[in-house]
Amino acid sequence: MPTIHAMAETAPILEARNVSLRFGGVRALTEVSFAIRQGEVFSIIGPNGAGKTSMVNCISGRYRPTEGGIWFDGSEITRVPVRRRAALGIGRTFQNLALFGHMSVLDNIMVGRHHLLRRGFLPGMVWWLGGAQREEIAHRREVEEIIDFLEIQHVRKAPAGTLSYGLRKRVELARAVALRPKLILLDEPMAGMNLEEKEDMARFILDLNEEWGMTVLMIEHDMGVVMDISHRVMVLDFGRKIAEGAPDAVLADPHVKRAYLGEADEVVRDVDEPVTA
Amino acid sequence: MDSALLLQLTLNGLIVGALYGVVAMSFVLIYKASQVVNFAQGEFLLVGAWVCWWLLTDWQLPFWLGFLVTLAFMTAFGMILQVVVLRPLIGEPVISVIMATIGLGIFFQALMKWIFGVFAKPFPPIFHAEQVSVLGLQVQSVYLLSLGISLLIMLGFAWFFTLSKHGLAMRATAFDQQVAQSLGISVPRVFAMSWAISAMVSALAGVVVGVVNGVSSALSFYGIKVFPAVILGGLDSVVGAVLGGLIVGLLENWAQYLDANWLNWGNMYGVAPFYALILILLIKPYGLFGTKNIERV
Repeated sequence: MPTIHAMAETAPILEARNVSLRFGGVRALTEVSFAIRQGEVFSIIGPNGAGKTSMVNCISGRYRPTEGGIWFDGSEITRVPVRRRAALGIGRTFQNLALFGHMSVLDNIMVGRHHLLRRGFLPGMVWWLGGAQREEIAHRREVEEIIDFLEIQHVRKAPAGTLSYGLRKRVELARAVALRPKLILLDEPMAGMNLEEKEDMARFILDLNEEWGMTVLMIEHDMGVVMDISHRVMVLDFGRKIAEGAPDAVLADPHVKRAYLGEADEVVRDVDEPVTA
Repeated sequence: MDSALLLQLTLNGLIVGALYGVVAMSFVLIYKASQVVNFAQGEFLLVGAWVCWWLLTDWQLPFWLGFLVTLAFMTAFGMILQVVVLRPLIGEPVISVIMATIGLGIFFQALMKWIFGVFAKPFPPIFHAEQVSVLGLQVQSVYLLSLGISLLIMLGFAWFFTLSKHGLAMRATAFDQQVAQSLGISVPRVFAMSWAISAMVSALAGVVVGVVNGVSSALSFYGIKVFPAVILGGLDSVVGAVLGGLIVGLLENWAQYLDANWLNWGNMYGVAPFYALILILLIKPYGLFGTKNIERV
């Protein structure tokens, strides 16, 4: 269990201020504010349709908030295009697997290094000139490091589309890690996994956080995992923030119970049980 | 049976087919990267060949220099075309984009006629020996050049897509633009680059054909011949485009042989690829290597 003392004073790496998002008459998010501290594992939970993925999309730049703003690493990024955010240090994985299916695992991960490859078109054509070869070797070494870390050595040459679901999730994580992000956004990293795969994934996320120093923002439905590895948890319901704080405190919150369990007269469900997508 | 003629026609088929393959590849490049069906592909050949011809005759540049200047010009040409005409059309219905490329084709076709006239004009001679003998067959030296260039381009494409940063970015963009962006890839830049490379490579083919047959608006017919080739190979497969090109080239020449010897229907050379096109659409609509669109409901 990671500790969060000495983290309280660090400046937030990401801050959302009064973020609202509307699609026509639908309010996906309503004045959501929160801050993620440097070095934290921060989880967003909530029932289906609560706006969790919308929030992540606002941070990654796929959606632009209708109102409010987002600050990353001290500067406002509300209007910064998606690809610039990747270069600034925000990496992400997707809820529905988004690997390049026909490309090998290695190539998938190399794409993640795109913004770090300085080599332009012409120097690349004569690749032994201008240090292109040295650069390539350095990148390959780092990619191999990531592959080792995520234990996908045995499939590195395989086309990504042929892998099992759990492995594909891992490759997708590897691709996001290859960006060398300061903040990594994980949209349901464990959805559809069996217990063993979930345990592996939880370990990878903790290692990324503790050893690689990445701040993690995670959406996850498996309450057991969320409670185990998160430093802090935010709960969304119908696009509004209804709770934020340490995992056990959030779980005990009456608002949260109501959002998850419904009113008292409805069928009661165990909170530890994963809410299916 | 005239086996010498058959052999000669087969060789012609391979040489012309390799050129079709090159043009088909550049067509597929645009389709893959930006999902645009480019009906102005043939005009890339035409513009490239005329520019090169102009540099060689009016400016008296040596062939290699004129050739390089042409390629540089066409790179810029493709990029500007994408930025000015096609970028504003992103997100518009497919049919609008197709109409725009057809319009571009007509525009450049007419512009070239206006500037350079309607008659075919020959390139100044480039090689001292018009013909060389290969394995007892008479082959125009220009054809050998063309085969060499085609192979070089194909190797270049293979290198570009598998090993270069931008090729990887282009494949990623072709697969999923949203994801590519989230990995730090500039999608507009990838689009512009695909058009630039496509125009440049097509122009290369245009110059080669121009050197062989002279420059005229007939060059843009290559843009039409590309369709059987890419449909055969699969619209989004670069390897398929090369193979499709070769098959179309061979098909034309063998059809001509068949026609001249037995059928006597006339003009099978021009028509056979399109019979093949219809057949393939009936039997294997995604082509030999194309991605099948499987929809799970």
